[in-house]
Amino acid sequence: MTTAADTLAPEELRRYQRHLTLPQVGIEGQTKLRNASVLLVGAGGLGSPAALYLAAAGIGRIGLVDFDVVDESNLHRQILYGTKDVGKPKLASAAARIEDVNPHVELELHEVPLSSDNALDIIPRYDLVADGTDTFPTRYLVNDACVLSGITNVYASIFQFEGQVSVFGAPGGPCYRCLYPTPPPPGLVPSCAEGGVLGVLPGIVGTLQATEVIKLILGIGEPLVGRLLLFDALATSFRTLTVRRNPDCPVCGDRPTIDALIDYQEFCGLPTNGASERQESGVPEITVAEYKRRLDAGTRPFLLDVRKPFEDAIATMGADQLIPVEELERRMGELRTAPGDEIVIHCRSGSRSARAVQMLQAAGYTRAYNLKGGILAWSEEIDPSVGRY
Amino acid sequence: MPTETREQATVFIPTPLRSFTENRPSVTAAGSTAAEVLNDLVSRYPSLKPHLYDEQERLRSFVNVYVNDDDIRYLQNGDTRVSAGDSLSIVPSIAGG
Repeated sequence: MTTAADTLAPEELRRYQRHLTLPQVGIEGQTKLRNASVLLVGAGGLGSPAALYLAAAGIGRIGLVDFDVVDESNLHRQILYGTKDVGKPKLASAAARIEDVNPHVELELHEVPLSSDNALDIIPRYDLVADGTDTFPTRYLVNDACVLSGITNVYASIFQFEGQVSVFGAPGGPCYRCLYPTPPPPGLVPSCAEGGVLGVLPGIVGTLQATEVIKLILGIGEPLVGRLLLFDALATSFRTLTVRRNPDCPVCGDRPTIDALIDYQEFCGLPTNGASERQESGVPEITVAEYKRRLDAGTRPFLLDVRKPFEDAIATMGADQLIPVEELERRMGELRTAPGDEIVIHCRSGSRSARAVQMLQAAGYTRAYNLKGGILAWSEEIDPSVGRY
Repeated sequence: MPTETREQATVFIPTPLRSFTENRPSVTAAGSTAAEVLNDLVSRYPSLKPHLYDEQERLRSFVNVYVNDDDIRYLQNGDTRVSAGDSLSIVPSIAGG
């Protein structure tokens, strides 16, 4: 008869000795960790500490989902990566680092964007999921895929100085939709790029995520099922709020209406993938190339920037006026151009400005155009001296 | 006009909204229900209002409000009673990672 000790090699017994000493872990617990598999969706701010600590802890198989390339602006918080990794695919760099931390871990790299087409192929291969993504559509996708697969999802999210951690999709427990049934309209909640984030924040919150994963595997302590942990880095405060399973939840409730993955971009009010989605949604556009042509010819239209003022300090196109999109409806009267005039609206990537075009159209501006791709496209295609952020 | 004695509750302000409450992480507001406390809050800090309420004056769906530790959606929504010393937490949806 095999005993638990048979599954751990001598070097593993040495490596995990501090775990083995803990009564709540022991050889039996360490073997559970070794036999477990965890999928980390996102290898960024949250995924970095989570991956490192879960590998160090001896999780047997770790899956990583990320199709991104390491960017210089990642380095202040994504501690899986270093200066030499800038420009390289994240997963390649992550794999090297994790291999060094713990060569006993079996790593599976999924260098793809998680989507409704592949989530139900990837997620069910694992015992647990750690959601460390950075967009609302992906969070709803991960949630639904986990609930549909019966897999527990350790959720965490961050913004500026705050973090949230909870455990969704546990048997009898709530899911993400029980907490937030509907996403915010696009552009209302800034991304890390737009809002900024304290570098250490995902370090703390991602490690809390890893802690919950380990507790769930070991079956010890009180995991955050039915509780939302709020961390405030400025106050150094931890608070927990109750999250209840919603019996009317469309995906985990008593009478679920969602039994398949949906279009999450659409659910979050974003244009779905496709080159002409903005034309289809009726928002007239102008490309950066066309705008450049008009600029050179001396006939450029009025340019309205709908970003926040601090973004203009990072990168500017010298717009005629700046009114943040959140304030635009209220401040429409301040526009220094008349409804019949041509007006081009820009933001960082083109989605806030698309909304602004719709607002202006509703207010009678008949010649309002969205600068397709925003200042990012301007920097990439026309003027690389303009900063990208 | 009779003086109403309204309960004072502590309202915890999430970081993204603190620029509208003079950078205070928590403020006091008066009311005997969650709705009253929030109304008092936005009357004291009007620039908070568009972040909490939509154009139809409904609480934005991605902003959760808790009285003490419980989501008001699972209690009596805006009519959830607030007693002296209770706290209200505003917890908007965030997605950074």
